[in-house]
Amino acid sequence: MIYDVIIIGGGVTGCCIARTLSKYDLKICLLEKEAEIASGTTKANSGVIHAGYASPREYVKRHLCIKGNKLYTQAAEELNFPFERIGSFVVALEDNQIKQLEDDRKKGIEDGIPGLEVILDKNQIKQMEPNLTDEVVGVLHAPSAGLASPYELTFALAENAVMNGVKFFRNHEVVKIKHQDYTFTVRTYQGEFQGRNLINAAGLYAARISNMLGLDYFSIMPRKGEYILFDRNAIQLNKILFPIPTKVSKGILVCPTLHGNTFIGPNAQNITDREDISTTTAGLKEILEGGMKLVPNIPARSSIRNFAGLRAVPDTYDFIIDNTDVYGFINVAGILSPGLTATFAIAEKVIEFLELLGLELKVKEDYNPVRPKPERFKDFTKEELDKKIQEDPAWARIICRCETIPEKEIINAIHASVGANTIDGIKFRCRPGMGRCQGGFCRPRVIEILSRELNKPYEEITKRGEDTNVLVVKTKDLILKDVLRGASE
Amino acid sequence: MKKYEVDVAVIGGGSAGLAAAIIVKKAELNVLIIERDKELGGITLQCIHNGFGLHEFKEELTGPEYVQRFINQAKELNIPYKLDTMVFEFTPEKKIYAVNKKEGLIEIKAKAIILAMGCREKTRGAINIPGFRPAGIYTAGQAQRFVNIEGYLPGRTYVILGSGDIGMIMARRLTWEGCQVKAVVEIQPYVSGLLRNEVQCLEDYGIPLITSYTVTKIHGKDRVKGVTISKVDRNFDRVIGSDKFIECDTLLLSVGLIPENELTREAGAEISQMGGPVIDNNLETTIEGVFACGNVLQVHDLVDLVTAEAKRAGLNAIEYLKERYNQKIERKEQIKCIAGENVNYVKPDIINKSDLSKDLIFTFRVKRPDRRILIQFKDDKNRIVFKRKRRYVIPSEMIELKLNSSEQQIDPECKSLEVEVVPRPEVLIEED
Repeated sequence: MIYDVIIIGGGVTGCCIARTLSKYDLKICLLEKEAEIASGTTKANSGVIHAGYASPREYVKRHLCIKGNKLYTQAAEELNFPFERIGSFVVALEDNQIKQLEDDRKKGIEDGIPGLEVILDKNQIKQMEPNLTDEVVGVLHAPSAGLASPYELTFALAENAVMNGVKFFRNHEVVKIKHQDYTFTVRTYQGEFQGRNLINAAGLYAARISNMLGLDYFSIMPRKGEYILFDRNAIQLNKILFPIPTKVSKGILVCPTLHGNTFIGPNAQNITDREDISTTTAGLKEILEGGMKLVPNIPARSSIRNFAGLRAVPDTYDFIIDNTDVYGFINVAGILSPGLTATFAIAEKVIEFLELLGLELKVKEDYNPVRPKPERFKDFTKEELDKKIQEDPAWARIICRCETIPEKEIINAIHASVGANTIDGIKFRCRPGMGRCQGGFCRPRVIEILSRELNKPYEEITKRGEDTNVLVVKTKDLILKDVLRGASE
Repeated sequence: MKKYEVDVAVIGGGSAGLAAAIIVKKAELNVLIIERDKELGGITLQCIHNGFGLHEFKEELTGPEYVQRFINQAKELNIPYKLDTMVFEFTPEKKIYAVNKKEGLIEIKAKAIILAMGCREKTRGAINIPGFRPAGIYTAGQAQRFVNIEGYLPGRTYVILGSGDIGMIMARRLTWEGCQVKAVVEIQPYVSGLLRNEVQCLEDYGIPLITSYTVTKIHGKDRVKGVTISKVDRNFDRVIGSDKFIECDTLLLSVGLIPENELTREAGAEISQMGGPVIDNNLETTIEGVFACGNVLQVHDLVDLVTAEAKRAGLNAIEYLKERYNQKIERKEQIKCIAGENVNYVKPDIINKSDLSKDLIFTFRVKRPDRRILIQFKDDKNRIVFKRKRRYVIPSEMIELKLNSSEQQIDPECKSLEVEVVPRPEVLIEED
């Protein structure tokens, strides 16, 4: 079988391209190297949907960000992922920073960003965000900025893409690509795939994929960002809070999440290892200090997890979205901030390129853009809940105490299209293990359900794929081995 | 929606909930236990080591043996209970909402509620250890469940961070299973669990206990490959140059327990700094008719003490139903209890002035070990209203003090009472 389009990479970018293309009458597949999609940069992302004033005008990412922000309204309606425009503040702590806020506002308005305003009235600012430091002298308020859950968005995109015929292959790391007779042959450890067009959305590994076709016109370096996540209700923020940006990043933000938690981060540290998502003592201290500049009463004692993500930083510092010299090969690389915001605009751009390449884009008659909202225990009224439990008692077995997640939601997550097959996969889809006990109570039960639903023994259940097994051996087996060895000696 | 009405609803069917329910049932009140797991007994069921029951039964039992006595008694008394039933909300009007597979959503209207939901373990996030987030990091209690209940080992070679009781007990348990425990690492300069566990679980098996050290980095991207431990100074800051690498495939955390009060908080009860609800001398929370006992109130080191506290909660609930229920008795002025010198927290948080004629039971923990000390209660005018000598105090042992109504001289006019642990003056004289 020859696909019309093969997409490499199951992050938000690859999945968004897959879903956008699934509208057309095409044969499409997506290859992901990890056991779950949304496992790389997508997973440890701030989830901020930026208004778009931050990047300079000569960067393509500015324009795709502004456009992408607007596309979120419709996408959220169709795909039913958590999204809310709560608005952001860029916080000036010194008088000489106000000028920059004014500049950003002026250019932003000229470029069509709605509602940008500089607020200097301290009372008004504190009313809008009571937890903000008293040192504030002014803020740039961007009401169109918002929050989305990046991994839940990615799962929604993938599910909708599958509904419309896209094939997903996980645990498929691309090791070699051949291009001959207008056909790409993509080799993975699990088999070969052939396609007419190839889209490289491999994130941190995008340059490596591009190299496989002899293209070495850009490089991608990982830049680490560390975060600390705080318990729900530890502090209640209304706005996304940015400091005045530095040359390398937007700075350490203090931000609520759509699930009621608060996080601080990320810092920015250039590293060389593309898998180094470790956190560091110095980094955690840096973000805590950074966060406290904006919100002095950060509840440091209520932290429930620290984590780090890697940005895919291109040497151009701008998105690399190109129809390359290899006919049919499109690079979508270097998608760093504001990549999540721009994602729908990036996908549209890729489609323009495919059209230029002569791909026939005929909208499918049965295209369905709607991914139904996953059913959640917490969203039900008491009457609905009662009815649901009558239909399926698995709604009544609560597995996760911290987040009130019943067995049914976990079963649904496993059997969804591109469903969960690891403990982390369950965690990111329906939240057991996300709460304050971090899986202390629910993990044994999640293992039990995964084992039953996937028909795998306990020892084969993993945290996030190969080599991350949770239970290694049955009790007594270790001793038994010693005893047998003793007997044979 | 199925509806029930009871006199007393007990949330949690572990050691605390069972003991409380038994007392209430014996007073011929209508009681119901609601348990989220598939059997009664709670966490004590996975504590298959011995050392339980020395206070309560004057004999040494394992955890399951201990709690089974209460389960049997509850069954003999025909106490109704619901298993696999998760309470997800209760209201100040004492309506409880729960779900189970058989009945769906149920509403239980109670005249009084006893909270007995236990506690949970602190996690890596709560102590912010940097490094990778691989498979192979578990809390000690989670590992205990894997080994003792599920019958699986989470790893082969271990480092245990924290010398809490569960951590030390798991060190021994895993050694029995043929695993290697490389070290138990404790950030404090002293062991944080009970002395008997240090002797019986670590010393007897030659497992090294490394105090004033902590884990400063976790190695391994997919599976734990080892940890870096570092010495810490008095402020718990890392001592430069003291790093040591220990190879292991699993890190267990035994770094403390936190009362589990999501429901309590959402119902609107005040929660104290240590995570338990604010209670008065009747173990009553700030919601009238809602009592708390066991680890949901404060973390105990012995289940026997949980039982004793639960019995008190039961008796107080009975008294509430007989004397105060449906009567508009305003809670009179209250005295606030404050943790003073070398005291980490004290329960109760408040004393009703109307209860000053009763015996008062205080429980608290010290911040650091000390010897030959004086425990004293001081009111807001600096008058000492009660004092008692003690040979030693350590943070791992919860101190329980009963102030008989005849012993204490608390002035009903005072607003607060401070509990402090101070050196005994005569010690100075002796040493001279």
